[in-house]
Amino acid sequence: MNVIKSLTQNKVAMVGFGILFMFVVIALFGPYLYDGSPWRMVQRPFLPPFQNSNYILGTDTLGRDVLAGLIYGARISLLVGLVSTTIALLIGIPLGAYAGYYGGWVDELLMRFTEIFQTVPSFALAVVLVAIFEPSVYSITGAIAIVSWPPVARLVRGEFLSLRGQEYVLAAKLNGQSNRNIIMREILPNSLSPIIVLASLMVASAILLESSLSFLGLGDPEIMSWGYMIGAAKTVIRQAWWLSFIPGVAIAITVLSLNLLGEGLNEALNPKLSGNRES
Amino acid sequence: MQPLLKVENLSIRLPKGSDREFAIRDVSYDLMPGELLCVVGESGSGKSMTANAVMGLLPKVIEVDSGAVTFDGYDLTSLEERRARALRGNRISMIFQEPMTALNPLMRVEDQISEVFLIHTSMSASERHDRTLALLEDVGLPDPKKMLRAYPHQLSGGQRQRVMIAMALALEPSILIADEPTTALDVTTQAQILKLIKELQRKHNTAVMFITHDFGVVAEIADRVVVMEKGEMVELGKRDEVLNHPQHAYTKKLIAAVPPLVSPHRDVRVHQELPILHVKNLCKTYSTGGSWFTKARIVKAADNVNFELHRGETLGLVGESGSGKSTVSRCVVRLLEADSGQILLGGSEIQSLNSKQLKPFRKRIQMVFQDPYASLNPRKTIGQIIADGPIAQGMAAKDALAKAAELLELVELPKTALDRYPHEFSGGQRQRIGIARALAHDPEVLVADEAISALDVSVQAQILDLIEALKKRLNLAVLFVVHDLRVAAQVCDRVIVMEKGKIVEMGETRQVFEAPNHDYTKSLIASIPGANWRSGVADNELAPVMEAQV
Repeated sequence: MNVIKSLTQNKVAMVGFGILFMFVVIALFGPYLYDGSPWRMVQRPFLPPFQNSNYILGTDTLGRDVLAGLIYGARISLLVGLVSTTIALLIGIPLGAYAGYYGGWVDELLMRFTEIFQTVPSFALAVVLVAIFEPSVYSITGAIAIVSWPPVARLVRGEFLSLRGQEYVLAAKLNGQSNRNIIMREILPNSLSPIIVLASLMVASAILLESSLSFLGLGDPEIMSWGYMIGAAKTVIRQAWWLSFIPGVAIAITVLSLNLLGEGLNEALNPKLSGNRES
Repeated sequence: MQPLLKVENLSIRLPKGSDREFAIRDVSYDLMPGELLCVVGESGSGKSMTANAVMGLLPKVIEVDSGAVTFDGYDLTSLEERRARALRGNRISMIFQEPMTALNPLMRVEDQISEVFLIHTSMSASERHDRTLALLEDVGLPDPKKMLRAYPHQLSGGQRQRVMIAMALALEPSILIADEPTTALDVTTQAQILKLIKELQRKHNTAVMFITHDFGVVAEIADRVVVMEKGEMVELGKRDEVLNHPQHAYTKKLIAAVPPLVSPHRDVRVHQELPILHVKNLCKTYSTGGSWFTKARIVKAADNVNFELHRGETLGLVGESGSGKSTVSRCVVRLLEADSGQILLGGSEIQSLNSKQLKPFRKRIQMVFQDPYASLNPRKTIGQIIADGPIAQGMAAKDALAKAAELLELVELPKTALDRYPHEFSGGQRQRIGIARALAHDPEVLVADEAISALDVSVQAQILDLIEALKKRLNLAVLFVVHDLRVAAQVCDRVIVMEKGKIVEMGETRQVFEAPNHDYTKSLIASIPGANWRSGVADNELAPVMEAQV
């Protein structure tokens, strides 16, 4: 409860949360409230924004409604961001936990494995993975998850390394508790705060990655996304800059709000920074 | 004589939402030239606050509410920063508790000390060098020429504290503030540093404000004493008067809680039955820093350690840091793997068992940990913390919780504590919970690893009483790892003295303290601060060397 309280007192974090909440609402209910498909050609191409009150953000190169694109794009961006982060956590947390808890050769093995992924530039790896498995929402989400779990594993390992020597963990060992129990019930709950913070930032970078892939034409061809919109408009950027600019702003605002929220979470969960240490 | 520093009705307000309104309230005392004034109190008593206000070290959120600290005609609480900086390090200087962190790890000793001259004087480089060298000689560092070139990590804790003192005294300040300067040090090193501070104070006629929690230290060096309780000054007086005829109830309570340095008479039992714990030839070696080109540093933390422990007996394991006492205690409960040797628990060998075979033995030997703030999982309720052990050993959850409630009663905590979280409890209460957790298994052997060193002296006494009572009631065998010899003298039936992984002396407590055989034991006992005070021999006389000068 303390965390929520100090988070609500953090204005910057609440701004981030507010914007993000708005995007989530748009992603969930927008398609039902706003009548229009992102694919249908509704007006003349290159209609600038604020000219036609029916299509307030104008139309793209084929005369499709930009606002509809934004609304549907919010869905895919947030979905890919959340799902890929969840998968990355599911891979990274167990790996890091085992490496940090057992140490020794288990640690060596798992960390060398992690480093294989870290030495390959993550974007290049994601491009290759998506290209191999044919672009679809599933392959994109999977590829983003695969390139973004190593930092999770590293972080969790570090937390476990420092917590496994804590006296309450030693006491649990003396109690004869199983290693699984110690990992799940003694150490993991105490290392959650940095993981939550990292996860919020990972959602942001996953959204960026998805947009970059779509920009390169590696997006799911059946789904409208912000990255696809920018990619499709890149050839006409001199005639119709707003076509790149509007989805670009959407991406920037979402990522920024996630970063603000992550920063706020970090302060709220890290008692040393927030200054109201429990004692 | 004019007082050098005058603290008048000083009140310092804490930020809103703290546990009390004022950090210190209406505190007044004087510091006379050439006097050593001890400010004593338990943690949270506000004993460091005045010193921090003098040095301008108060955190931004805390402000001086009223009152004044007058030095040399200036009020230090309202002095502008530029002026205050000229005083700090020059006329008033300070040494800190933790010598590890008070020195910049990237600066050589010479640069570190001569920086003071660089800032406050216009000495030439060679003058600075000569003065620095003289200072190092002054504080008794071995081989001062070589010391100049050393980095802090190459020095021991005591040597670092000497460097700190050299820095603080570099410009011959009129006031030296020492904030628990010996708390992080071993007892023999502490004795040397206390002696050094006293000597230098005499030599330069410096006024020293010495902040401490340890009445032994007060007895050793103080001229006058200020006793603080919860931000209020409860007593001020000459050392002998305060120590031997305390007026205020709180001072009386604090002094009564200091264990006298005389071992009470204990019945020496001849044990017929087999020892419950028998450690044979235990060895444990650590090697660090070895690589292809450099030789590893090898530390023998336990070197052929042998001892026996019987039921109903308290065995003290004493020694300084690095003596291997913690290593031995952790090997005994199998948190560390010993290199060789045997550990017999009730006749069964447990040293060579794997973790599955060990499980049934776990409950027979339990441990109470040092740090009450780190030994309880902050995310679990007290009930879970205590009941977890029996549940892991196969008890039904409901029975285990019922047992936890009983245990809480046993350690004198209310049953309502079951559903609360560790952060709601004080250090002493948490340590009781730690004891309850250990007892949840009905162990035969209890290992207390410095179980009271993190606690205030009055709380220490309560926990010691509790352990003693439980030992008698449950016929426990207690292995008591402790660095504080006063405590060891009080609670242990027998003591083992360790030095560098070896047992140098073992025997009945009384005999070890009254007639130690080994030189190391002798030096340990001689180093206990205030050894002459409350030794039971001469309660009213303090060592003549330490007479008050004022």
